[in-house]
Amino acid sequence: MTIQSSGDTAPVTAEDFLNRPAGIGQRVHSVLHRQPALSPAIVLLLAGVAFALLNSRFYSLQNLSLVAQQVAVVGALAAGQTLVVLTAGIDLSIGAVMVLASLVMSKLVFDSHVNGLLALLIGAAVAIAAQAVNGLLVTRIKLPPFIVTLGSLSVFTAITLIYAKGQTIALQPGSFLLWTADTISIGSLHVTTGVLLMIALYAVLGFALRYTAWGRHLYAVGDDVEASRLAGISVSRVLLSAYMVAGLAIAVAAWILVGRVGGGDPNSGINANLESITAVVIGGTSLFGGRGVIFGSLIGALIVQVFDNGLALAGFDPNYQVLAVGLLVIAAVSVDQWIRSVKA
Amino acid sequence: MNHSDTVHVPNSRRQVGRTTAAAGLALCVATALAACSSSSTTAGSGSSSSSGSGGSKVGVSLILKTLTNPYFVSMENDAKAAAAKDNVSLTVAAGTKDGDTQTQISAIDNAISRGDKGILITTNGDAVNAALNQAKQAGLFVIALDTSPNPPSTADITFATDNVQAGKLDGQYAATALGGKPAVIAMLDLFNNQVVSVDIDRDHGFLQGLGINPGSTTQNGQEAKTGSYSGGSYTVACHQPTQGAIDGGRTAMENCLSANPNINVVYAINEPAAEGAYNALKAAGKAGQVAIYAIDGSCAGLKFVTNGEFTADVAQYPGKMASLGVDSIAKLARGGSKPSVTTGKSFYDTGTALVATKSVSGVTIQSPTDAASACWGS
Repeated sequence: MTIQSSGDTAPVTAEDFLNRPAGIGQRVHSVLHRQPALSPAIVLLLAGVAFALLNSRFYSLQNLSLVAQQVAVVGALAAGQTLVVLTAGIDLSIGAVMVLASLVMSKLVFDSHVNGLLALLIGAAVAIAAQAVNGLLVTRIKLPPFIVTLGSLSVFTAITLIYAKGQTIALQPGSFLLWTADTISIGSLHVTTGVLLMIALYAVLGFALRYTAWGRHLYAVGDDVEASRLAGISVSRVLLSAYMVAGLAIAVAAWILVGRVGGGDPNSGINANLESITAVVIGGTSLFGGRGVIFGSLIGALIVQVFDNGLALAGFDPNYQVLAVGLLVIAAVSVDQWIRSVKA
Repeated sequence: MNHSDTVHVPNSRRQVGRTTAAAGLALCVATALAACSSSSTTAGSGSSSSSGSGGSKVGVSLILKTLTNPYFVSMENDAKAAAAKDNVSLTVAAGTKDGDTQTQISAIDNAISRGDKGILITTNGDAVNAALNQAKQAGLFVIALDTSPNPPSTADITFATDNVQAGKLDGQYAATALGGKPAVIAMLDLFNNQVVSVDIDRDHGFLQGLGINPGSTTQNGQEAKTGSYSGGSYTVACHQPTQGAIDGGRTAMENCLSANPNINVVYAINEPAAEGAYNALKAAGKAGQVAIYAIDGSCAGLKFVTNGEFTADVAQYPGKMASLGVDSIAKLARGGSKPSVTTGKSFYDTGTALVATKSVSGVTIQSPTDAASACWGS
């Protein structure tokens, strides 16, 4: 099998080459095939232009800063989700793990007066351990990821509710855990450290996926498990690592969530599961595995947030945002299917 | 009318969020959550177990929606206290999640076979009606707590709070506090994808309190966007859903502020949404300049009134509904009279109070300290 360093690993067949010089459709097909993040990037650009025409406030730096802040939690989560989806899996429990981790962090500081940094590390350990459980069930007991995480979604949500007793926790201003809410202002551009943290997460994971053996193995396993096994890749180790590194991304998301909420809240982030999957799908990562780039997920998350914000600014009923995102998901999967078909 | 519980309950309803897009997945996730949550049929201070002595001991069943929510936990605690006082043998049961009627039906059946004198229930849905009717035929007195069943006659009486009145108190205070200035209002509602009575009631109550016609009896956001309120001119800057959670409240407020930076009045469906709104305003450097109006009256929420995050909070009393319910059944079983509805209402109103630190003319307020004696949660 062929693994290209661009992160696009669909094997290039002889037929592909033969068909290349044909019509425009074929050429577009070929470009999109090589650049999975291109179509979402075009959508984001067009959406930006459309919303700027609808309301002049949309492109104010102030508003764009807000969009960036709003996207940070789901963006970080979607980075983790991308790793799992690249292995041809899906993680339905990712949001539940985030909420659990954010509550563990907040409660340790609030109830047990644990040092903020230590609380953060324990929260991160909880997220990684939870994901290790998911990963082990997938690799050792060979359960489909969908079923495993469907079950663990309930388990982690229940643990969170039992642990939190439905209460919310407001942390004292200045608490270390609220660092992700600190703002760096340049004129009317207000970037939170949470946004920078999310970008750093993408940079690190993007680099790892593209330039390390681990990254290539992840793509390979997602593309064809059997071929990877024959090529000498330890499939179960790669799969387990995908879930555990996703756990790290979840921990980052949980930390950003704590900053945004100002503490722990079992009800906040409850929609993040599906939002992360939506971002990954719109971002051009194939649900069938092995195809996509992680930055696409950031673009996907941004598209959802831009629609949310842009439609609100233009005074639309919030239901139209739900409608728009739904259509985008269907469009994204259709494009993916079209790109996957060798003959356009 | 009521149904104030839905505001606090996280689980399945919240799940139906923005990304309903991935419909198939949404379905499975909803199912997953359905299967989850915690504690079903929790035996409270068990009935049969506790002493066969004292022949006058009255059996009462308290059947809650869930036990994962401070609002219902408060009901449980106050009902237990009242039971100890009234020599009542109390059995507590709860659904595994919002909408779990099957567990509630089993609990009703158990109450009948145990020979309880009455049932206190916050129903999870109409599916429990048949079981409740059987209970009534068997001679049990049925009191609905927090929310009237549908039809209301399914219960002998309902003990609840008036959510329209709760919104109105906030609105009246806001109108007076503005002192004739133009009002630029952000409406932070509960959902945009389903109609829930508490959402509509509180939203409309707030507008009515300001002297604005909601323009509909069944939908939010149907009022005229500009016009005049009782003290001057107004603009409704936005109606945004919050899912009743802090992060939803924050995002909603951020979008509202982008659309109209001059917002000076915020209505929030509940305390978490109000807290999120406060976070957004603080990040925008507007903390303290915009009045935030909340509803709930939890102990945590009252602290936000004390420290000035919320301008006012309307308190409701889930514990009172439960303890009054236990008292009523104990009295009735020992030959007393049946409780009756509040004059002019179809239910027994357990009351609401406006909690604020600054008094304004013509509106009765309670100080956070006074309100704390009746607050719920921790």
